[in-house]
Amino acid sequence: MAHSVALVHDVMQPPPDREVGTGVYNEKVGMWVFLGSEVMFFTALIGTYIILRVAHPDAWAAPGKTLNVPITAVNTFLLICSSVTMVKAYAAVQDGDQRGLRRWLVATVLIGATFVGVQVYEYTHLIEKGFVPSQGLYGSTFYTMTGFHGFHVTMGVLCMMYVTWKAFRGKYTRQDHRGVEVIGLYWHFVDLVWIILFTIVYLI
Amino acid sequence: MSDPSALPSPTPVKHAHPNYVGIFIGLAVLTALELTVAFLPWHKTTLILLLIGLAVWKALLVALYFMHLRFEHGRLRILAIAPLPFCVIFVTAVLMEHFGKW
Repeated sequence: MAHSVALVHDVMQPPPDREVGTGVYNEKVGMWVFLGSEVMFFTALIGTYIILRVAHPDAWAAPGKTLNVPITAVNTFLLICSSVTMVKAYAAVQDGDQRGLRRWLVATVLIGATFVGVQVYEYTHLIEKGFVPSQGLYGSTFYTMTGFHGFHVTMGVLCMMYVTWKAFRGKYTRQDHRGVEVIGLYWHFVDLVWIILFTIVYLI
Repeated sequence: MSDPSALPSPTPVKHAHPNYVGIFIGLAVLTALELTVAFLPWHKTTLILLLIGLAVWKALLVALYFMHLRFEHGRLRILAIAPLPFCVIFVTAVLMEHFGKW
């Protein structure tokens, strides 16, 4: 009898305090952890690129000799524009502006898809000119770095299309728009990586 | 028990919108500056330092304002910048190995 009384007493104990953690919702923490792993991934690529380039400076052409800097500059500008449209979509849903959310998300998808299209166009021209991945360190590092980034942009566009479809179905509200914020973080990260890649691959 | 209001909310934290168009103009100007600097007949090391400085400046603008790190909780900021020391160690280590100073 004494045992059962003790048991009831234990059950009635208040639960321990829950951990507040970072103070943000799980999806956002998860995205930041994922982006942390992405930082390490791209650092490995960039670090390898630096050491190869320092060790073999003659394997690289001067900026603008092989790679098309003007068209890539336009592409860089497009990606910056897409970051603005993405953040405007986020601001719109925060303000409860459903029409603005849909409009800015569609713009982001279109600009992102254009970026990928321009990159395919650039690859096609470079390959026609004989600049292929098997052409030494310059070719292999260029296609590896820009290819992985292009893959990330493509995945971002696909995810953005899904988020846009949900936005058109009214799934995001002023009170709960986690999906928009999380895809936005990924999209801005892809833009941030391109800012670094554009400088070290095309301009240096 | 902890205060329920202190628990993570499904609603992202709201703050006043930064001037996104102003930041966009800043990024566009910095990109134009990069394109100008890259083809100046200056010493290679100077150009590299300048270009990397401009790229880091642009990346910071994106991270602080578009990714809203400037307005986030302190612990999330720590989570976000946690990989950076490892990046510095990695790049420094490979460069040291190359220059034979390790």
